[in-house]
Amino acid sequence: MIRDITIGQYYQTESVMHRLDPRVKLLGTLLFIIALFSYKNPLGYALGIVFLFAVIKLSRVPVKFITKGLKGIVIILLMTVLINLFLTPGTTAVAIGKLTITYEGLAAALGMMIRLILLIMGSSIVTLTTTPNNLTDGLEKGLGFLKVFKVPVGDVAMMMSIALRFIPILLEETDRIMKAQLARGADFESGNLVKKAKSLVPVLVPLFVSAFRRAGDLAMAMEARCYRGGDGRTKMKPLVYKKRDAFGYLILFSFVGISIFLGRWHVISDFFNSLYVNYILK
Amino acid sequence: MPLILDHISQIYNADTEHPVKALDDVSLVIPEGQFIGVIGHTGSGKSTLMQHLNGLMKPTSGKIFFNGQDIDDKDFSKKELRKHVGLVFQYPEHQLFETDVFADVCFGPKNMGMSKKETELAAFDALRKVAFPEDLYYASVFELSGGQKRRAAIAGVLAMKPDFLILDEPTAGLDPVGRYEILDMVAGLHKESGITIILVSHSMEDVAMYVERVVVMDHGKVAFDDTPREVFSHSNELEEMGLAIPEPSKITRKLIELGIDADPGVLTATEAADSIYAALMKNK
Ligand SMILES: Nc1ncnc2c1ncn2[C@@H]1O[C@H](COP(=O)(O)OP(=O)(O)OP(=O)(O)O)[C@@H](O)[C@H]1O
Ligand SMILES: [Mg+2]
Repeated sequence: MIRDITIGQYYQTESVMHRLDPRVKLLGTLLFIIALFSYKNPLGYALGIVFLFAVIKLSRVPVKFITKGLKGIVIILLMTVLINLFLTPGTTAVAIGKLTITYEGLAAALGMMIRLILLIMGSSIVTLTTTPNNLTDGLEKGLGFLKVFKVPVGDVAMMMSIALRFIPILLEETDRIMKAQLARGADFESGNLVKKAKSLVPVLVPLFVSAFRRAGDLAMAMEARCYRGGDGRTKMKPLVYKKRDAFGYLILFSFVGISIFLGRWHVISDFFNSLYVNYILK
Repeated sequence: MPLILDHISQIYNADTEHPVKALDDVSLVIPEGQFIGVIGHTGSGKSTLMQHLNGLMKPTSGKIFFNGQDIDDKDFSKKELRKHVGLVFQYPEHQLFETDVFADVCFGPKNMGMSKKETELAAFDALRKVAFPEDLYYASVFELSGGQKRRAAIAGVLAMKPDFLILDEPTAGLDPVGRYEILDMVAGLHKESGITIILVSHSMEDVAMYVERVVVMDHGKVAFDDTPREVFSHSNELEEMGLAIPEPSKITRKLIELGIDADPGVLTATEAADSIYAALMKNK
């Protein structure tokens, strides 16, 4: 049950996405998100979907594995859709009592849903195809310019990678403890909200105890290997851009440039608007 | 009320490129009253098998019957199953959560719907059975030693008064004295109350000394299922699975190779000593 959450997981396989420099993937995710929120017409979204699925195909991670991660945000998704659906002013499409659904609301809800789904799927590609080590290196180098502003980039990157690494470990631990308490007759499903929350105490207490113990052990192990902060640490395998990374950047920038241009181009937006005015409103 | 496993298979991560076949067509019958040892190399599927016996996972294929009922049936209550089949997890001390030992042991029986009085009686009884030190009944669970935590956790399951008690590596990480204390305690439980016990272990010696039936797991399959004497006579096969036969058996086997007429089926040090002595006296 709890293992369905795939956030922060690494999917082991061999693919061009796995080999790509983490900096390309990180910048790619950022640009992809910016692009998603700048589209104004359906063509933009269509391009975004095509691009995402092409990337997924290249990464050789099963689509099922990625969509599993969406289960965790179903509630957020539903709320956003409902709010957009009912609270957007415009031409009424259906009225249910006092609530009205407008055509504008329908479009806004649909757009928001596609955005959120693409956003979650897109950002999970990075962690699915990058080992935590590589991810840290990528963050450290990619954000290296912040050192000028006295930001301890190395330490922050290390903390982030540890946090990411801990997510699957803690999920596994949660699964184990839940099973152990189930074996003692615990019941996590029935009862009202208060009862359900209370039934989690036997899981949360051991989980926190073990998380603190793990954190302590890890700190000790890092000290024993003379970790003393990020500055001046050298790498065994420093990140070096290869030819494919240049190629990756090229594709990335062209996609973002073209899709934002087309997604916001008034000619195309006008075309869709006229479709809307001529066919739906009539 | 036997527990029956009917062609159980379990595949983890089935939808990825690296599926793990943890159990491969396992069939077992566990009648009441037996003391069974389950051994196998690390990763051979022992823990997975035990979780199935407790209905904590749905098998990828196959069925499990308790009391003649399929436990994955909609109208079969898993809680009822867990009342009869107690499972003590590997490293059970990680599940302790209450403020004191006694309260933690009460958790199981309370969930089973026992009254307050019954619960407390069951908890006292269980703590006494595992020989938990009396002055620590109300100590914090986080202040106990490793062995004491282990006992408290076992008591927590025992307090539910199960008919089957499954212990997944109850001696992992304990020193030899602590190990034999726990094993003796388990053997005592079996003798006194006739409860069925399934003991999972890495250690041949532990198993050889106590159990009446040994199930050997290898790569998710049942490799052997027989009396200890019979199973340990397959020393070569066992060694291929990464399992060592008990030291006393090894020694007598070596002696037999050297032409001394000892018993090939001995399991414990005492038996080995007796048989070697007898063989040597005969040669005189
Ligand atoms: N939750 C899980 N998800 C994925 N794979 C798992 C999971 N649990 C176990 N496995 C895998 O299934 C196989 C059997 O594991 P299991 O824990 O049953 O072995 P075991 O015999 O109990 O080992 P040990 O002696 O180390 O406790 C192993 O290869 C393990 O990696
Ligand atoms: Mg195990």
